[in-house]
Amino acid sequence: MQDFEPNVVVFCCRWCSYAAADLAGTSRMTANPQFVVIRTMCSGRIDPEFILDAFAKGADGVLVTGCHPGDCHYVNGNYKTRRRMLLLEEVLEQFGIDRKRLRCEWISASEGGKFVKTIDEFIGTIKKLGPIDGIK
Amino acid sequence: MKQRIGVFVCHCGINIASTVQIERVVEAIKEYPGVVHAEDYEYMCSDPGQGMIRARIKEKNLTGVVVAACSPTLHELTFRNVTALSGLNPYRCEMANIREHCSWIHKDVDKATKKAIKIIKTIVEKVKLNEELTPLSVPITKRALVIGGGIAGIQSALDIANAGYQVILVEKSSSIGGHMAQLSETFPTLDCSQCILTPKMVEVAQHKNIKLYNYAEIDDVSGYVGNFKVKIRLKASYVDWSKCVGCGLCIEKCPTKVASEFEQGLAPRKAIYVPFPQAVPNKPVIDREHCRYFKTGKCRVCEKVCDLDAIKFDEEDDFVEEEVGAIVVATGYEVYGVQNIGEYGAGRYKDVVDGLQFERLLSASGPTNGEIRRPSDGQIPRRVAFVSCVGSRDPELHKPYCSKVCCMYLAKHAMLYKHRVPDGQPIIFYIDIRSDGKGYEEFVQRAQEEDHVTYIRGKVSKIYEDNGELVLLSADTLAGMPIELRCDLVVLGMAICPSSGVDELTKKLKIQTDANGFLTEAHPKLRPVESLTPGIFIAGCAHAPKDIPDTVAQASAASSKVLEMFGQKELSHDPMVAWVDEDLCSGCGVCISLCPYDARELEIKEGKRIATVKEILCEGCGSCIAGCPAGACQQRNLDDKQVIRMVETVLSRG
Repeated sequence: MQDFEPNVVVFCCRWCSYAAADLAGTSRMTANPQFVVIRTMCSGRIDPEFILDAFAKGADGVLVTGCHPGDCHYVNGNYKTRRRMLLLEEVLEQFGIDRKRLRCEWISASEGGKFVKTIDEFIGTIKKLGPIDGIK
Repeated sequence: MKQRIGVFVCHCGINIASTVQIERVVEAIKEYPGVVHAEDYEYMCSDPGQGMIRARIKEKNLTGVVVAACSPTLHELTFRNVTALSGLNPYRCEMANIREHCSWIHKDVDKATKKAIKIIKTIVEKVKLNEELTPLSVPITKRALVIGGGIAGIQSALDIANAGYQVILVEKSSSIGGHMAQLSETFPTLDCSQCILTPKMVEVAQHKNIKLYNYAEIDDVSGYVGNFKVKIRLKASYVDWSKCVGCGLCIEKCPTKVASEFEQGLAPRKAIYVPFPQAVPNKPVIDREHCRYFKTGKCRVCEKVCDLDAIKFDEEDDFVEEEVGAIVVATGYEVYGVQNIGEYGAGRYKDVVDGLQFERLLSASGPTNGEIRRPSDGQIPRRVAFVSCVGSRDPELHKPYCSKVCCMYLAKHAMLYKHRVPDGQPIIFYIDIRSDGKGYEEFVQRAQEEDHVTYIRGKVSKIYEDNGELVLLSADTLAGMPIELRCDLVVLGMAICPSSGVDELTKKLKIQTDANGFLTEAHPKLRPVESLTPGIFIAGCAHAPKDIPDTVAQASAASSKVLEMFGQKELSHDPMVAWVDEDLCSGCGVCISLCPYDARELEIKEGKRIATVKEILCEGCGSCIAGCPAGACQQRNLDDKQVIRMVETVLSRG
C-alpha cells in the first residue's frame, strides 16, 4: 500500500477554484502531484455521470470544486452542484464505491492554501482507502 | 478528419524547465496519437515563440494547437490570436497548464514531468474534438430605456441623449425630479436643491432625443441585450395633456383635499393636482382614489371650470411598446416608515418627523415657506433633537446596512435650523459620524464649531410625549451617563429602502436583488453599474443608499456602459454556448428551470416539443447540460464526449 499512487480527477470551475489552483502555484505552495485538473466553466457543468464514468474507468478519487455558495459566477450553479453531489453520494455505495472517494469543496479564487490542503487531505484519504476495486 | 495537432512546450525561462524535464515531455508527446509536431522554446509568449507557432501551423498544416505553458487565464487569448493570424480557427487552440498546476506546485522532477505529459495529453484529447467556432454577433437597437426620473435617471438620460442616441425615460409619478426635488439645500455646499435640479428637469423635457413617459410604469419586458421589447403602461391621468395649458384653475376649484405626497403629508393637495409648482411636465392628474366624482358619481367641478375641455373622466390606461437595446434602472429609494419604530412612537407623535419631512419644513417652497414650525401647533421649536441610525445598522430589528446619507443631512438639518432659529438648540444623537465625502468632514466640523450643534454619542432608547413636549431617553456614552432630554421637535434620520414596486420590476427585468431588496451589481468591485443580465445597468439608490454626487457619478457610469455598447456595430458573444440535439430532446423542460439567464425555452418544431437555446443569452455555464436527462444538450467545445475523453486520459497509466 505504501507505494500506491492514486489517480485523482479534480474538477475546477473557471472562476474560483481553478484560479485558486493557479494561485497555489503562483504562491509556490507544494501539493501532492497525484491529480490532474479538468476545467469547466462552472461546477454546475459537472454531470454526475462524469464521476461515475471516472470511477468505472479506475479513478481512485474525484474531487469537485467550485465557488463558495452565494459567490457563483453564474448566479447559482454551485447550488445545483451541491444538490447533485449529495444525491450522487447516496448512489455511490450502491455501486460498492466508498462515498469518501468523492469530495465536494468550495474554494474561492483567493484560497490557494485551501486548494492545496484539500488536495493533500483528499489524496491522503484515498491512499488509506487503497486503489478502487471497480464498480460492483 | 485526420487530426494534425501541434504541441508547443514552453520553458517559461526556468519556471517550468527547472521542475519539468522539457526534452522528455517533447519526446513523449511526439509519439502521442494525433500529434504531428512537438517543439519547445524558452518563452513561447515572446515574439519569436509566437512566430514559431505561426510558422509551424502553416508548414505542418496543423488542425489544432496545444500550448503547454502557463494558466489559460493568462495567455489563452494571446495564443488564440496567434492561431487566428495563421488562418487556423482560434477555438482549435487550447493551453495545457504545466506551470501553475505542475512545475510551480510540485517539487519532484520525475513526478512533475510525468504529470506535465499527462496534462498535455488531456488537452490534446480536448483539442481533437474542438469545433471551429465564431463569436456570435447580434444587432443592437441603439436606443435606451431609463426607468426612474429622479436625479439618477435624469443624469443617465441626459448623458445618453447628449451622445446622440434616443432615450425613453419612464417615470411613475406625474413629474420627474424624484426625491431631490423635495430637498431644501444640499450638503456640503448648501446650494439649493431646486436651483441645481430644475434646469436639468427642463433640459430633459426639451431634449430632442428624450421621449418622456411620465405617470407611466413598465408593464412587461421581453427580449435580450441589444434587443429588448418594453411594454409601458401609461396610467390614466383623466386630463388631456395635449389640450391642458397648466392654468391651474381646476386645481383651485377642486373641493377635495388629501395629504400631499410631495410635502410628506405636512400639507394638503387637491384630488386634481400637480405634485409641486416646478413639476416637469407641469400638467395635472386626477387622483382617482380620492376624486369626489370617482367616489360618489357627483362633482365634475374641474370639468366645468376647464375652458379647454381637457378633463376626460372616461380615459383608461393606455399601452405603448418601445424597442430598446439597453436599460438603465434608476428606481431610487423610499424612507423606512416611522411606524416601524415602536420605541419612538411609531408615528403617533406629530412632532416626531423624518428627514424628508424636515426637508419640507426647511424648504422655501414648503408648507411653512421655510420657517421652522412644528407640525402639531405651528410653534417655532426652541430645542430640536436629531437622531441618527434610525432603522439602519440594526440587524436584529430593522436594516443591517448604513444608510450613508443620514449623518450628513442631519448635520445639515441642525445647521440650517440654527440659521433659521438663531437662539434654538440643535442636538444630534449619533453612534458614529460618517463623513467620508469630499468636504464632508469639514462640513460636520463647521456644524459643531460655527453653528454650535451639540453632538451626543448615544442611541436613543425611547421617545414619548409629556405635556406637549417630547422626552428622549438616551445615554451619553462618552461621559458615561444617562440622558433625559426634553425638546420640542425630533427629526429621525430614517433608513433608506428600495422603492416599493422594485421587486415586481426586477422580476420583469430578470435582474437580481440582495437580501435588502437593493439591485445586485454584476461584480462589487469591477462591474458596479452592470446587472447580471447583459444590457441592463443600474444607478442611484436603487443599488444602495448613496448621496447625490455618488448617484450622479454612478448614473454617468451606467450611461458610459450603455454608450460603450452603442459604440459597437454589433454585439459579440462567446460561442461556447449550449446547443441541443433535437433528435434526442424530449422537450421535458428540465433545462429551462436550471437556466439562470432565461436562455432556454420550449418551442414546437414540426409538432415536437424542443428545448431550444437563445444563444445570445447563454453564458455557457453548462448547468442545463449536466441536468439534461437525455444527453440532448451539449456545450460547444466542452461536450460530454470531450470531458469523458479527458477523464480517460487522466486515468490512463503510463
